[in-house]
Amino acid sequence: MSGVRVLVGTRKGAFVLTSDGARKAWEVSGPHFPGWEIYHINGSAADPNRLYASQCSGWFGQLIQRSDDGGVTWAPVGNQFVYEGVAGTHQWYDGTQRPWEFTRVWHLEPSRTDPDTVYAGVQDAALFKSTDGGASWHELAALRQHKTGPDWQPGAGGMCLHTIVLDPTRDQRMFAAISAAGVFRTDDAGETWQPANKGLHSQGIPDGDAEVGHCVHSLAMHPSRPETLFMQKHWDVMRSDDAGDTWQDVGDNLPTDFGFAIDVHAHEPETIYIVPIKSDSEHFPLDGRLRVYRSRTGGNEWEPLTNGLPQRDCYVNVLRDAMAVDSLDDCGIYFGTTGGQVYASNDAGDNWSPIVRDLPAVLSVEVQTLP
Amino acid sequence: MIRVVLPAHLRALAHVDGEVQLDVEGLVTQRTVLDALEAAYPALRGTVRNQTTQQRRPFVRFFACEEDLSHAEPDEALPDPVALGAEPLLIIGAMAGG
Repeated sequence: MSGVRVLVGTRKGAFVLTSDGARKAWEVSGPHFPGWEIYHINGSAADPNRLYASQCSGWFGQLIQRSDDGGVTWAPVGNQFVYEGVAGTHQWYDGTQRPWEFTRVWHLEPSRTDPDTVYAGVQDAALFKSTDGGASWHELAALRQHKTGPDWQPGAGGMCLHTIVLDPTRDQRMFAAISAAGVFRTDDAGETWQPANKGLHSQGIPDGDAEVGHCVHSLAMHPSRPETLFMQKHWDVMRSDDAGDTWQDVGDNLPTDFGFAIDVHAHEPETIYIVPIKSDSEHFPLDGRLRVYRSRTGGNEWEPLTNGLPQRDCYVNVLRDAMAVDSLDDCGIYFGTTGGQVYASNDAGDNWSPIVRDLPAVLSVEVQTLP
Repeated sequence: MIRVVLPAHLRALAHVDGEVQLDVEGLVTQRTVLDALEAAYPALRGTVRNQTTQQRRPFVRFFACEEDLSHAEPDEALPDPVALGAEPLLIIGAMAGG
């Protein structure tokens, strides 16, 4: 019988949650790497037992852990992330220039076809690649060396490359999102990059329609529609139907269009999910009610999903990498909160229940659908 | 034989309990001890000092013989009791919340 494995990164360790296809009874494994920040864990589509985890701490720096048995055992692999050439400078919060400095890995994106190939999005923003299972890493430096690089500046969480989306139909194309620079696309496997931010408007930068400077929070793509991208921006929920060349706002009738996470239903490319957050200064749900919003029309028309979610006194956040979907039928939706809950829906969002309630603050959630 | 006490997180990473003991060739310094430590426990590379710059990580300190040696030069000889194995080199994670 098929099943799912939910990979949860938290402020104080990693947890692996497993269930059969019914997704009602769960086994919880962890904490793995107790006491360490686990920004992201992700599994290989080419080999579901191959997992990669970003483990870091303010004291002891960055490690990358690898599992070859689905998260039962782990071993550290390479953790040397060196910017290629002269690192250069970017904008700091006060508008001065500051040298690029590696801090941590925010996101790990395994190749869809090769378990030994994996991409890492890091802070200060850059993209690294390993082709030897994480043993060594080299920078795809053309992104950081883009002519707009000196204009990039950190968001509140640092200047991070936090989202990597691989096009399943074109192996040379990928998207990277950086806070606060915006979306960049390559069509030649990272040799060159183009900003993909036309149509974004951000009040927090001097020219609201600038080519770069936008605080994109996350991107989502359905594998059957790689030209269509959905975006949760700092404010605004956006959509592109031309691979990021242009964007349209599809979130205007939401109670608030601020948020971090966004994802797409596994079988319905026009069904998308977000968790609206009150504002940029109040990172919790509006009115203390935790609501997932679903659009079955690719945006513009939204419905709140509340069954099983707390509808009073709830003041958690759902971070950018903390939502994922499985590919079972019905589609399962999962998200984790900064209050340590991981909620799951096994019916495309109609009903929710917590898998766990009391983990450390959840930084990331990924899910693997197992044969 | 040089004795080194690691903080709990690094003991877990290296899969060791208690002190570690290292053979160090030549002059016993921070650098030669850390070289031996990282050779014996590759998982610790980058956790005590930056792999590229070789600089001590800011929230890691080195204590021995009731002295803070964190700001000593990496190639400066460590105190004789450390070199003779009478006292351990303590690698400390700075006390801070979290």
